[in-house]
Amino acid sequence: MIGLEHYLTVAAALFVIGIFGLFLNRKNVIILLMSIELMLLAVNINLVAFSSYLGDLAGQVFTLFVLTVAAAEAAIGLAILVCFFRNRGTIAVEDVNVMKG
Amino acid sequence: MMSADLNIILPEIILSLYALIALVGAVYTGKDNLAPMLVWVTSGVFVVMAIWIGTSGDGSLPAFYGMFQNDAFARFAKVLILISAAAVLVMSEGYMARRDLLRFEYPMLVTLAVVGMMVMVSAGDLMSLYMGLELQSLALYVVASLRRDSVKSTEAGLKYFVLGALSSGLLLYGASLVYGFAGTTLFSGIILAATEGHLTVGLLIGLVLMISGMAFKVSAVPFHMWTPDVYQGSPTPVTAFFATAPKVAAMGLFARVMFDAFGGAIADWSQVIALLAVLSMFLGSFAAIGQTDIKRLMAYSSIAHMGYALIGLAAGTQLGVQNMLIYMAIYVTMNVGTFAFILSMERDGQPVTEVGALGMYSKKSPGRALAMLVLLFSLAGVPPLLGFFAKYGVMLAAVDAGMVWLAVAGVIASVIGAYYYLRIVFLMYFGDEREDALDKPSSSVLSGFLAVSALVIVVAVFNPLGLTVHLQDSAEAAAVSLVN
Repeated sequence: MIGLEHYLTVAAALFVIGIFGLFLNRKNVIILLMSIELMLLAVNINLVAFSSYLGDLAGQVFTLFVLTVAAAEAAIGLAILVCFFRNRGTIAVEDVNVMKG
Repeated sequence: MMSADLNIILPEIILSLYALIALVGAVYTGKDNLAPMLVWVTSGVFVVMAIWIGTSGDGSLPAFYGMFQNDAFARFAKVLILISAAAVLVMSEGYMARRDLLRFEYPMLVTLAVVGMMVMVSAGDLMSLYMGLELQSLALYVVASLRRDSVKSTEAGLKYFVLGALSSGLLLYGASLVYGFAGTTLFSGIILAATEGHLTVGLLIGLVLMISGMAFKVSAVPFHMWTPDVYQGSPTPVTAFFATAPKVAAMGLFARVMFDAFGGAIADWSQVIALLAVLSMFLGSFAAIGQTDIKRLMAYSSIAHMGYALIGLAAGTQLGVQNMLIYMAIYVTMNVGTFAFILSMERDGQPVTEVGALGMYSKKSPGRALAMLVLLFSLAGVPPLLGFFAKYGVMLAAVDAGMVWLAVAGVIASVIGAYYYLRIVFLMYFGDEREDALDKPSSSVLSGFLAVSALVIVVAVFNPLGLTVHLQDSAEAAAVSLVN
Protein backbone atom coordinates (compact mmCIF):
# COMPACT_ATOMS: atom_id res chain seq x y z
CA MET A 1 0.00 0.00 0.00
CA ILE A 2 1.39 3.39 -0.98
CA GLY A 3 0.77 5.94 1.75
CA LEU A 4 1.50 9.56 2.50
CA GLU A 5 5.08 8.89 3.58
CA HIS A 6 6.00 7.44 0.19
CA TYR A 7 4.90 10.59 -1.58
CA LEU A 8 6.71 12.75 0.95
CA THR A 9 9.88 10.72 0.46
CA VAL A 10 9.75 11.11 -3.31
CA ALA A 11 9.12 14.85 -2.94
CA ALA A 12 11.98 15.26 -0.46
CA ALA A 13 14.31 13.32 -2.77
CA LEU A 14 13.36 15.48 -5.76
CA PHE A 15 13.76 18.65 -3.72
CA VAL A 16 17.23 17.65 -2.56
CA ILE A 17 18.23 16.69 -6.12
CA GLY A 18 17.09 20.16 -7.18
CA ILE A 19 19.20 21.87 -4.52
CA PHE A 20 22.23 19.76 -5.39
CA GLY A 21 21.70 20.57 -9.05
CA LEU A 22 21.89 24.27 -8.19
CA PHE A 23 25.09 24.01 -6.20
CA LEU A 24 27.09 21.25 -7.87
CA ASN A 25 26.45 22.16 -11.48
CA ARG A 26 29.27 24.23 -12.99
CA LYS A 27 28.41 23.88 -16.67
CA ASN A 28 25.21 25.45 -17.79
CA VAL A 29 22.75 28.02 -16.47
CA ILE A 30 19.88 26.19 -18.20
CA ILE A 31 20.49 23.32 -15.79
CA LEU A 32 19.98 25.80 -12.93
CA LEU A 33 16.57 26.65 -14.36
CA MET A 34 15.74 22.95 -14.58
CA SER A 35 16.82 22.44 -10.97
CA ILE A 36 14.59 25.29 -9.83
CA GLU A 37 11.69 23.74 -11.71
CA LEU A 38 12.41 20.40 -10.04
CA MET A 39 12.28 22.01 -6.60
CA LEU A 40 8.94 23.65 -7.29
CA LEU A 41 7.48 20.41 -8.67
CA ALA A 42 8.66 18.53 -5.59
CA VAL A 43 6.67 21.04 -3.55
CA ASN A 44 3.65 20.35 -5.73
CA ILE A 45 3.87 16.61 -5.02
CA ASN A 46 3.99 17.46 -1.32
CA LEU A 47 0.98 19.73 -1.55
CA VAL A 48 -1.16 17.31 -3.55
CA ALA A 49 -0.23 14.41 -1.29
CA PHE A 50 -1.14 16.39 1.83
CA SER A 51 -4.30 17.66 0.20
CA SER A 52 -5.48 14.15 -0.60
CA TYR A 53 -4.43 12.85 2.83
CA LEU A 54 -6.20 15.64 4.70
CA GLY A 55 -9.21 15.65 2.41
CA ASP A 56 -8.78 19.41 2.09
CA LEU A 57 -8.82 21.12 -1.31
CA ALA A 58 -6.65 24.08 -0.33
CA GLY A 59 -3.46 22.19 -1.13
CA GLN A 60 -4.53 21.56 -4.70
CA VAL A 61 -5.51 25.19 -5.16
CA PHE A 62 -2.06 26.10 -3.86
CA THR A 63 -0.55 23.73 -6.45
CA LEU A 64 -2.27 25.58 -9.28
CA PHE A 65 -0.84 28.87 -8.03
CA VAL A 66 2.63 27.34 -7.77
CA LEU A 67 2.41 25.98 -11.33
CA THR A 68 1.44 29.39 -12.67
CA VAL A 69 4.21 31.16 -10.80
CA ALA A 70 6.74 28.52 -11.91
CA ALA A 71 5.84 29.19 -15.54
CA ALA A 72 6.25 32.96 -15.07
CA GLU A 73 9.51 32.41 -13.23
CA ALA A 74 10.93 30.25 -16.03
CA ALA A 75 9.94 32.86 -18.62
CA ILE A 76 11.68 35.65 -16.71
CA GLY A 77 14.73 33.49 -16.02
CA LEU A 78 15.13 32.64 -19.70
CA ALA A 79 14.67 36.29 -20.70
CA ILE A 80 17.41 37.42 -18.32
CA LEU A 81 19.58 34.56 -19.55
CA VAL A 82 19.17 35.66 -23.18
CA CYS A 83 20.25 39.22 -22.24
CA PHE A 84 23.22 37.82 -20.36
CA PHE A 85 24.21 35.63 -23.31
CA ARG A 86 24.10 38.62 -25.69
CA ASN A 87 26.53 40.53 -23.48
CA ARG A 88 28.83 37.78 -22.38
CA GLY A 89 28.63 35.24 -25.22
CA THR A 90 28.43 32.28 -22.86
CA ILE A 91 26.02 30.69 -20.41
CA ALA A 92 28.51 28.61 -18.43
CA VAL A 93 27.95 29.01 -14.70
CA GLU A 94 31.67 29.55 -14.06
CA ASP A 95 31.59 32.57 -16.38
CA VAL A 96 28.99 34.37 -14.26
CA ASN A 97 31.85 36.01 -12.39
CA VAL A 98 32.33 39.62 -13.48
CA MET A 99 31.66 40.70 -9.90
CA LYS A 100 33.47 38.87 -7.14
CA GLY A 101 32.30 38.78 -3.60
CA MET B 1 -19.42 39.83 1.99
CA MET B 2 -17.69 39.89 -1.36
CA SER B 3 -17.98 43.63 -1.89
CA ALA B 4 -16.76 44.30 1.64
CA ASP B 5 -13.74 42.12 0.91
CA LEU B 6 -13.05 43.93 -2.35
CA ASN B 7 -13.32 47.22 -0.51
CA ILE B 8 -10.55 46.15 1.85
CA ILE B 9 -8.12 45.34 -0.95
CA LEU B 10 -9.15 48.36 -3.03
CA PRO B 11 -5.70 50.04 -2.84
CA GLU B 12 -4.03 46.92 -4.25
CA ILE B 13 -6.66 46.57 -6.98
CA ILE B 14 -6.31 50.20 -8.01
CA LEU B 15 -2.53 49.99 -8.13
CA SER B 16 -2.54 46.81 -10.25
CA LEU B 17 -5.14 48.24 -12.62
CA TYR B 18 -3.08 51.42 -12.87
CA ALA B 19 0.04 49.41 -13.72
CA LEU B 20 -1.73 47.36 -16.39
CA ILE B 21 -3.55 50.28 -18.00
CA ALA B 22 -0.47 52.50 -18.03
CA LEU B 23 1.61 49.67 -19.45
CA VAL B 24 -0.77 48.95 -22.33
CA GLY B 25 -1.37 52.66 -22.85
CA ALA B 26 2.34 53.38 -23.11
CA VAL B 27 2.89 50.49 -25.52
CA TYR B 28 0.26 51.83 -27.91
CA THR B 29 1.22 55.51 -27.70
CA GLY B 30 4.48 57.20 -26.83
CA LYS B 31 6.52 54.32 -25.42
CA ASP B 32 9.74 55.58 -23.85
CA ASN B 33 8.86 59.24 -24.50
CA LEU B 34 6.19 58.87 -21.85
CA ALA B 35 8.60 57.46 -19.30
CA PRO B 36 9.50 60.69 -17.44
CA MET B 37 5.83 61.59 -17.11
CA LEU B 38 4.96 58.05 -16.00
CA VAL B 39 7.63 58.18 -13.30
CA TRP B 40 6.16 61.35 -11.82
CA VAL B 41 2.56 60.17 -12.14
CA THR B 42 3.43 56.83 -10.54
CA SER B 43 5.12 58.42 -7.56
CA GLY B 44 2.17 60.79 -7.26
CA VAL B 45 -0.16 57.80 -7.19
CA PHE B 46 2.02 56.17 -4.53
CA VAL B 47 1.89 59.26 -2.32
CA VAL B 48 -1.89 59.55 -2.69
CA MET B 49 -2.25 55.85 -1.83
CA ALA B 50 0.02 56.28 1.20
CA ILE B 51 -2.09 59.18 2.48
CA TRP B 52 -5.28 57.24 1.81
CA ILE B 53 -4.05 54.10 3.61
CA GLY B 54 -2.51 56.13 6.42
CA THR B 55 -5.74 57.96 7.19
CA SER B 56 -8.18 55.12 6.48
CA GLY B 57 -9.03 54.55 10.11
CA ASP B 58 -8.24 51.98 12.76
CA GLY B 59 -9.13 48.42 13.42
CA SER B 60 -8.28 45.06 11.95
CA LEU B 61 -10.22 44.10 8.86
CA PRO B 62 -9.70 40.56 7.61
CA ALA B 63 -10.79 39.93 4.04
CA PHE B 64 -11.48 36.72 2.11
CA TYR B 65 -11.94 34.57 5.21
CA GLY B 66 -8.70 35.81 6.74
CA MET B 67 -6.43 35.34 3.71
CA PHE B 68 -5.76 39.07 3.67
CA GLN B 69 -5.33 41.19 6.78
CA ASN B 70 -5.76 44.92 6.82
CA ASP B 71 -4.60 45.90 10.29
CA ALA B 72 -2.50 48.68 11.79
CA PHE B 73 0.68 46.66 11.17
CA ALA B 74 -0.07 46.27 7.46
CA ARG B 75 -1.01 49.95 7.15
CA PHE B 76 2.21 51.10 8.81
CA ALA B 77 4.34 48.92 6.52
CA LYS B 78 2.36 49.92 3.43
CA VAL B 79 2.72 53.64 4.07
CA LEU B 80 6.46 53.17 4.54
CA ILE B 81 6.76 51.07 1.37
CA LEU B 82 4.73 53.50 -0.76
CA ILE B 83 6.53 56.62 0.45
CA SER B 84 10.00 55.14 0.00
CA ALA B 85 9.14 53.74 -3.44
CA ALA B 86 7.81 57.16 -4.49
CA ALA B 87 10.97 58.89 -3.24
CA VAL B 88 13.27 56.45 -5.05
CA LEU B 89 11.28 56.74 -8.29
CA VAL B 90 11.56 60.51 -8.29
CA MET B 91 15.28 60.31 -7.51
CA SER B 92 15.94 57.90 -10.36
CA GLU B 93 14.25 59.95 -13.09
CA GLY B 94 17.12 62.33 -13.87
CA TYR B 95 19.85 59.72 -13.52
CA MET B 96 18.13 57.26 -15.82
CA ALA B 97 17.10 59.83 -18.40
CA ARG B 98 20.69 61.06 -18.77
CA ARG B 99 21.96 57.51 -19.30
CA ASP B 100 19.24 56.50 -21.74
CA LEU B 101 17.93 53.94 -19.24
CA LEU B 102 14.53 55.43 -18.63
CA ARG B 103 12.10 52.98 -20.17
CA PHE B 104 8.39 53.15 -19.53
CA GLU B 105 8.45 49.62 -18.11
CA TYR B 106 10.51 50.79 -15.15
CA PRO B 107 7.79 52.66 -13.21
CA MET B 108 5.32 49.92 -14.09
CA LEU B 109 7.58 47.15 -12.79
CA VAL B 110 8.14 49.14 -9.63
CA THR B 111 4.37 49.52 -9.24
CA LEU B 112 3.83 45.79 -9.62
CA ALA B 113 6.62 45.09 -7.13
CA VAL B 114 4.94 47.50 -4.71
CA VAL B 115 1.61 45.69 -5.12
CA GLY B 116 3.43 42.46 -4.30
CA MET B 117 4.95 44.03 -1.20
CA MET B 118 1.57 45.31 -0.05
CA VAL B 119 0.14 41.81 -0.37
CA MET B 120 3.15 40.41 1.52
CA VAL B 121 2.69 42.59 4.57
CA SER B 122 -1.06 41.88 4.56
CA ALA B 123 -0.79 38.13 4.06
CA GLY B 124 -2.99 36.01 6.30
CA ASP B 125 -2.52 32.76 4.46
CA LEU B 126 0.37 30.80 2.98
CA MET B 127 -1.06 31.28 -0.51
CA SER B 128 -1.37 35.05 -0.35
CA LEU B 129 2.10 35.15 1.22
CA TYR B 130 3.56 33.20 -1.68
CA MET B 131 1.74 35.13 -4.40
CA GLY B 132 2.75 38.49 -2.93
CA LEU B 133 6.33 37.41 -2.49
CA GLU B 134 6.60 36.14 -6.06
CA LEU B 135 4.94 39.19 -7.59
CA GLN B 136 7.52 41.33 -5.81
CA SER B 137 10.46 39.06 -6.62
CA LEU B 138 9.66 38.56 -10.30
CA ALA B 139 9.38 42.32 -10.84
CA LEU B 140 12.64 42.89 -8.96
CA TYR B 141 14.56 40.31 -11.04
CA VAL B 142 13.64 42.27 -14.14
CA VAL B 143 14.54 45.71 -12.78
CA ALA B 144 17.91 44.38 -11.57
CA SER B 145 18.83 43.61 -15.18
CA LEU B 146 17.26 46.80 -16.52
CA ARG B 147 20.47 47.86 -18.25
CA ARG B 148 20.19 45.20 -20.91
CA ASP B 149 23.46 46.00 -22.66
CA SER B 150 25.65 45.78 -19.57
CA VAL B 151 27.31 42.55 -18.49
CA LYS B 152 27.23 43.63 -14.85
CA SER B 153 23.55 44.44 -14.79
CA THR B 154 22.44 41.25 -16.53
CA GLU B 155 24.77 39.23 -14.34
CA ALA B 156 23.25 40.87 -11.27
CA GLY B 157 19.80 39.97 -12.58
CA LEU B 158 20.83 36.39 -13.24
CA LYS B 159 22.39 35.92 -9.81
CA TYR B 160 19.42 37.51 -8.11
CA PHE B 161 17.07 35.32 -10.11
CA VAL B 162 18.81 32.02 -9.36
CA LEU B 163 19.31 32.67 -5.65
CA GLY B 164 15.89 34.30 -5.30
CA ALA B 165 14.23 31.32 -6.93
CA LEU B 166 16.15 29.00 -4.60
CA SER B 167 14.93 30.96 -1.58
CA SER B 168 11.34 30.92 -2.85
CA GLY B 169 11.71 27.16 -3.30
CA LEU B 170 12.91 26.73 0.29
CA LEU B 171 10.12 28.90 1.61
CA LEU B 172 7.55 27.03 -0.46
CA TYR B 173 8.77 23.60 0.65
CA GLY B 174 8.54 24.83 4.22
CA ALA B 175 5.05 26.15 3.53
CA SER B 176 3.95 22.79 2.10
CA LEU B 177 5.16 21.01 5.25
CA VAL B 178 3.44 23.56 7.47
CA TYR B 179 0.23 23.05 5.48
CA GLY B 180 0.49 19.28 5.80
CA PHE B 181 1.17 19.18 9.50
CA ALA B 182 -1.12 22.02 10.54
CA GLY B 183 -3.89 20.92 8.17
CA THR B 184 -4.60 24.42 6.89
CA THR B 185 -2.93 27.24 4.99
CA LEU B 186 -4.56 29.98 7.07
CA PHE B 187 -2.30 31.63 9.64
CA SER B 188 -5.20 31.68 12.10
CA GLY B 189 -5.35 27.88 11.82
CA ILE B 190 -1.60 27.33 11.93
CA ILE B 191 -1.27 29.26 15.18
CA LEU B 192 -3.68 26.79 16.82
CA ALA B 193 -1.56 23.82 15.71
CA ALA B 194 1.81 25.39 16.51
CA THR B 195 1.86 25.77 20.29
CA GLU B 196 4.83 26.24 22.60
CA GLY B 197 6.88 23.09 23.10
CA HIS B 198 4.42 20.94 21.15
CA LEU B 199 5.67 21.60 17.63
CA THR B 200 5.62 18.39 15.62
CA VAL B 201 8.79 17.56 13.69
CA GLY B 202 7.09 18.41 10.40
CA LEU B 203 6.01 21.83 11.62
CA LEU B 204 9.47 22.48 13.02
CA ILE B 205 11.20 21.63 9.73
CA GLY B 206 8.63 23.71 7.86
CA LEU B 207 9.22 26.63 10.22
CA VAL B 208 12.99 26.45 9.78
CA LEU B 209 12.72 26.27 5.99
CA MET B 210 10.33 29.23 5.94
CA ILE B 211 12.69 31.22 8.15
CA SER B 212 15.59 30.50 5.78
CA GLY B 213 13.52 31.55 2.78
CA MET B 214 12.57 34.82 4.43
CA ALA B 215 16.11 35.39 5.71
CA PHE B 216 17.15 35.29 2.04
CA LYS B 217 14.70 38.08 1.24
CA VAL B 218 15.91 40.32 4.08
CA SER B 219 19.51 39.33 3.18
CA ALA B 220 20.41 38.05 6.63
CA VAL B 221 23.63 36.06 7.02
CA PRO B 222 24.12 33.16 6.08
CA PHE B 223 21.67 33.82 3.23
CA HIS B 224 23.20 37.10 2.10
CA MET B 225 25.50 36.00 -0.77
CA TRP B 226 23.44 37.66 -3.47
CA THR B 227 23.29 41.10 -1.86
CA PRO B 228 26.72 42.61 -2.66
CA ASP B 229 26.74 41.44 -6.28
CA VAL B 230 23.17 42.52 -6.97
CA TYR B 231 23.69 45.91 -5.32
CA GLN B 232 26.89 46.51 -7.27
CA GLY B 233 25.69 45.28 -10.65
CA SER B 234 22.24 46.86 -10.80
CA PRO B 235 21.85 50.44 -12.03
CA THR B 236 22.22 52.75 -9.00
CA PRO B 237 18.55 53.91 -8.84
CA VAL B 238 17.52 50.25 -8.78
CA THR B 239 20.01 49.60 -5.99
CA ALA B 240 18.46 52.48 -4.07
CA PHE B 241 15.07 50.84 -4.55
CA PHE B 242 16.37 47.42 -3.40
CA ALA B 243 17.79 48.97 -0.25
CA THR B 244 14.51 50.53 0.84
CA ALA B 245 10.98 49.27 0.06
CA PRO B 246 11.67 45.52 -0.47
CA LYS B 247 13.56 45.40 2.83
CA VAL B 248 10.59 46.90 4.68
CA ALA B 249 8.25 44.44 2.98
CA ALA B 250 10.44 41.42 3.70
CA MET B 251 10.84 42.47 7.32
CA GLY B 252 7.08 43.00 7.57
CA LEU B 253 6.42 39.57 6.09
CA PHE B 254 8.93 38.03 8.50
CA ALA B 255 7.18 39.56 11.51
CA ARG B 256 3.78 38.67 10.07
CA VAL B 257 4.58 34.96 9.69
CA MET B 258 6.42 34.71 12.99
CA PHE B 259 3.66 36.29 15.06
CA ASP B 260 0.47 35.53 13.13
CA ALA B 261 1.30 31.92 12.30
CA PHE B 262 3.89 30.90 14.89
CA GLY B 263 3.09 33.37 17.66
CA GLY B 264 2.28 30.46 19.99
CA ALA B 265 5.81 29.08 19.78
CA ILE B 266 7.99 32.14 20.25
CA ALA B 267 10.66 30.29 22.24
CA ASP B 268 11.11 27.89 19.30
CA TRP B 269 12.06 30.55 16.77
CA SER B 270 13.45 33.49 18.72
CA GLN B 271 16.85 31.80 19.22
CA VAL B 272 17.13 31.09 15.47
CA ILE B 273 16.39 34.71 14.63
CA ALA B 274 18.80 35.93 17.31
CA LEU B 275 21.52 33.85 15.65
CA LEU B 276 20.67 35.32 12.22
CA ALA B 277 20.81 38.80 13.76
CA VAL B 278 24.23 38.31 15.38
CA LEU B 279 25.76 36.79 12.24
CA SER B 280 24.35 39.58 10.03
CA MET B 281 25.56 42.36 12.30
CA PHE B 282 29.09 41.03 12.53
CA LEU B 283 29.52 39.94 8.93
CA GLY B 284 28.01 43.19 7.67
CA SER B 285 30.38 45.19 9.85
CA PHE B 286 33.57 43.23 9.09
CA ALA B 287 33.09 42.60 5.38
CA ALA B 288 32.33 46.25 4.61
CA ILE B 289 35.72 47.37 5.89
CA GLY B 290 37.69 46.34 2.81
CA GLN B 291 35.19 47.57 0.20
CA THR B 292 36.21 50.19 -2.34
CA ASP B 293 32.91 50.36 -4.22
CA ILE B 294 30.34 52.44 -2.36
CA LYS B 295 27.39 50.40 -3.66
CA ARG B 296 29.00 47.19 -2.39
CA LEU B 297 29.71 48.93 0.88
CA MET B 298 26.05 49.92 1.17
CA ALA B 299 25.13 46.28 0.53
CA TYR B 300 27.13 45.15 3.56
CA SER B 301 25.75 48.11 5.47
CA SER B 302 22.21 46.94 4.70
CA ILE B 303 23.09 43.40 5.80
CA ALA B 304 24.28 44.78 9.14
CA HIS B 305 21.18 46.98 9.49
CA MET B 306 18.90 44.02 8.83
CA GLY B 307 20.76 42.30 11.67
CA TYR B 308 19.86 45.13 14.05
CA ALA B 309 16.25 45.11 12.90
CA LEU B 310 16.12 41.35 13.47
CA ILE B 311 17.10 41.94 17.11
CA GLY B 312 13.70 43.53 17.57
CA LEU B 313 12.03 40.52 16.02
CA ALA B 314 14.12 38.06 18.04
CA ALA B 315 12.91 39.70 21.26
CA GLY B 316 9.51 38.27 20.40
CA THR B 317 7.63 40.98 22.28
CA GLN B 318 5.34 43.82 21.38
CA LEU B 319 8.08 46.32 22.22
CA GLY B 320 10.42 44.42 19.91
CA VAL B 321 8.06 44.63 16.94
CA GLN B 322 7.35 48.30 17.65
CA ASN B 323 11.03 49.20 17.72
CA MET B 324 11.75 47.01 14.69
CA LEU B 325 9.17 49.04 12.72
CA ILE B 326 10.66 52.31 13.93
CA TYR B 327 14.09 50.98 12.98
CA MET B 328 12.90 50.26 9.46
CA ALA B 329 11.36 53.72 9.10
CA ILE B 330 14.60 55.39 10.19
CA TYR B 331 16.71 53.03 8.09
CA VAL B 332 14.68 53.91 4.99
CA THR B 333 15.02 57.65 5.67
CA MET B 334 18.80 57.36 6.01
CA ASN B 335 19.13 55.18 2.92
CA VAL B 336 17.08 57.50 0.72
CA GLY B 337 19.45 60.34 1.64
CA THR B 338 22.60 58.27 1.20
CA PHE B 339 21.52 57.02 -2.20
CA ALA B 340 20.56 60.55 -3.27
CA PHE B 341 24.22 61.34 -2.61
CA ILE B 342 25.55 58.24 -4.40
CA LEU B 343 23.32 58.94 -7.42
CA SER B 344 24.86 62.39 -7.79
CA MET B 345 28.45 61.10 -7.72
CA GLU B 346 29.71 61.49 -11.26
CA ARG B 347 32.77 62.49 -13.23
CA ASP B 348 32.44 63.88 -16.78
CA GLY B 349 28.82 62.76 -16.74
CA GLN B 350 29.74 59.16 -15.96
CA PRO B 351 28.59 57.59 -12.68
CA VAL B 352 31.35 56.93 -10.15
CA THR B 353 30.98 54.43 -7.33
CA GLU B 354 34.54 54.37 -6.07
CA VAL B 355 34.88 55.43 -2.44
CA GLY B 356 38.36 56.90 -3.06
CA ALA B 357 36.91 59.49 -5.46
CA LEU B 358 35.44 61.30 -2.44
CA GLY B 359 38.86 62.59 -1.32
CA MET B 360 38.55 66.17 0.04
CA TYR B 361 34.97 66.36 -1.18
CA SER B 362 34.20 68.87 1.58
CA LYS B 363 36.36 71.49 -0.13
CA LYS B 364 34.33 71.30 -3.30
CA SER B 365 30.80 71.16 -1.95
CA PRO B 366 30.80 71.70 1.81
CA GLY B 367 27.02 71.58 2.17
CA ARG B 368 26.65 68.17 0.56
CA ALA B 369 29.62 66.81 2.47
CA LEU B 370 28.02 68.00 5.71
CA ALA B 371 24.69 66.34 4.84
CA MET B 372 26.50 63.10 4.02
CA LEU B 373 28.43 63.37 7.28
CA VAL B 374 25.17 63.57 9.21
CA LEU B 375 23.77 60.55 7.34
CA LEU B 376 26.90 58.46 7.82
CA PHE B 377 27.09 59.31 11.53
CA SER B 378 23.45 58.35 11.81
CA LEU B 379 24.02 55.06 9.93
CA ALA B 380 26.86 54.33 12.31
CA GLY B 381 24.56 55.04 15.25
CA VAL B 382 26.30 58.07 16.75
CA PRO B 383 24.14 59.95 19.29
CA PRO B 384 22.21 62.26 19.21
CA LEU B 385 21.22 61.43 15.64
CA LEU B 386 18.17 59.40 14.71
CA GLY B 387 20.15 56.27 13.83
CA PHE B 388 21.29 56.01 17.44
CA PHE B 389 17.73 55.97 18.74
CA ALA B 390 16.81 53.28 16.21
CA LYS B 391 19.57 51.01 17.53
CA TYR B 392 18.83 51.97 21.13
CA GLY B 393 15.18 50.97 20.67
CA VAL B 394 15.83 47.45 19.38
CA MET B 395 18.50 46.80 22.01
CA LEU B 396 16.18 48.02 24.73
CA ALA B 397 13.61 45.50 23.50
CA ALA B 398 16.23 42.73 23.60
CA VAL B 399 17.24 43.59 27.17
CA ASP B 400 13.58 43.80 28.11
CA ALA B 401 13.05 40.28 26.78
CA GLY B 402 16.00 38.99 28.80
CA MET B 403 18.42 38.72 25.88
CA VAL B 404 21.18 40.89 27.25
CA TRP B 405 23.88 39.04 25.29
CA LEU B 406 22.12 39.98 22.05
CA ALA B 407 22.13 43.69 22.94
CA VAL B 408 25.81 43.47 23.93
CA ALA B 409 26.64 41.81 20.61
CA GLY B 410 24.73 44.58 18.84
CA VAL B 411 26.73 47.29 20.59
CA ILE B 412 30.05 45.61 19.76
CA ALA B 413 29.05 45.15 16.12
CA SER B 414 27.96 48.77 15.79
CA VAL B 415 31.32 49.95 17.14
CA ILE B 416 33.11 47.83 14.54
CA GLY B 417 30.69 49.01 11.85
CA ALA B 418 31.31 52.65 12.72
CA TYR B 419 34.81 52.29 11.29
CA TYR B 420 33.83 52.10 7.64
CA TYR B 421 31.23 54.85 7.84
CA LEU B 422 33.72 57.14 9.53
CA ARG B 423 36.36 56.23 6.94
CA ILE B 424 34.17 57.85 4.29
CA VAL B 425 33.79 60.93 6.49
CA PHE B 426 37.56 60.98 6.95
CA LEU B 427 38.09 60.78 3.20
CA MET B 428 35.66 63.62 2.56
CA TYR B 429 37.29 65.93 5.08
CA PHE B 430 40.93 64.88 5.34
CA GLY B 431 41.55 62.54 2.39
CA ASP B 432 43.87 63.12 -0.53
CA GLU B 433 42.54 65.39 -3.21
CA ARG B 434 42.80 63.67 -6.55
CA GLU B 435 43.30 64.99 -10.06
CA ASP B 436 40.13 63.35 -11.32
CA ALA B 437 37.77 64.93 -8.80
CA LEU B 438 34.01 64.53 -9.00
CA ASP B 439 31.86 66.95 -10.97
CA LYS B 440 29.81 69.60 -9.28
CA PRO B 441 26.41 67.93 -8.82
CA SER B 442 23.71 69.40 -11.00
CA SER B 443 20.46 67.73 -9.99
CA SER B 444 18.39 69.82 -7.62
CA VAL B 445 16.01 66.89 -6.99
CA LEU B 446 18.82 64.76 -5.59
CA SER B 447 20.22 67.64 -3.53
CA GLY B 448 16.73 68.22 -2.18
CA PHE B 449 16.33 64.62 -1.06
CA LEU B 450 19.80 64.63 0.48
CA ALA B 451 19.10 67.83 2.38
CA VAL B 452 15.64 66.80 3.59
CA SER B 453 16.84 63.39 4.71
CA ALA B 454 19.81 64.85 6.62
CA LEU B 455 17.55 67.49 8.15
CA VAL B 456 15.04 64.88 9.30
CA ILE B 457 17.85 62.87 10.90
CA VAL B 458 18.94 65.88 12.94
CA VAL B 459 15.61 67.55 13.71
CA ALA B 460 13.42 64.50 14.35
CA VAL B 461 14.98 64.08 17.80
CA PHE B 462 13.28 67.31 18.87
CA ASN B 463 9.84 65.99 17.87
CA PRO B 464 8.88 68.72 15.35
CA LEU B 465 5.10 69.15 14.97
CA GLY B 466 4.68 66.04 17.09
CA LEU B 467 5.74 63.88 14.14
CA THR B 468 8.22 61.72 16.05
CA VAL B 469 5.67 60.92 18.71
CA HIS B 470 3.14 60.21 15.97
CA LEU B 471 5.58 57.74 14.39
CA GLN B 472 6.02 56.05 17.75
CA ASP B 473 2.29 55.89 18.35
CA SER B 474 1.54 54.36 14.97
CA ALA B 475 4.36 51.85 15.38
CA GLU B 476 2.93 50.95 18.77
CA ALA B 477 -0.56 50.52 17.35
CA ALA B 478 0.96 48.36 14.60
CA ALA B 479 2.80 46.20 17.10
CA VAL B 480 -0.32 45.82 19.24
CA SER B 481 -2.34 44.66 16.23
CA LEU B 482 0.30 42.03 15.41
CA VAL B 483 1.19 40.76 18.90
CA ASN B 484 -1.98 40.09 20.80
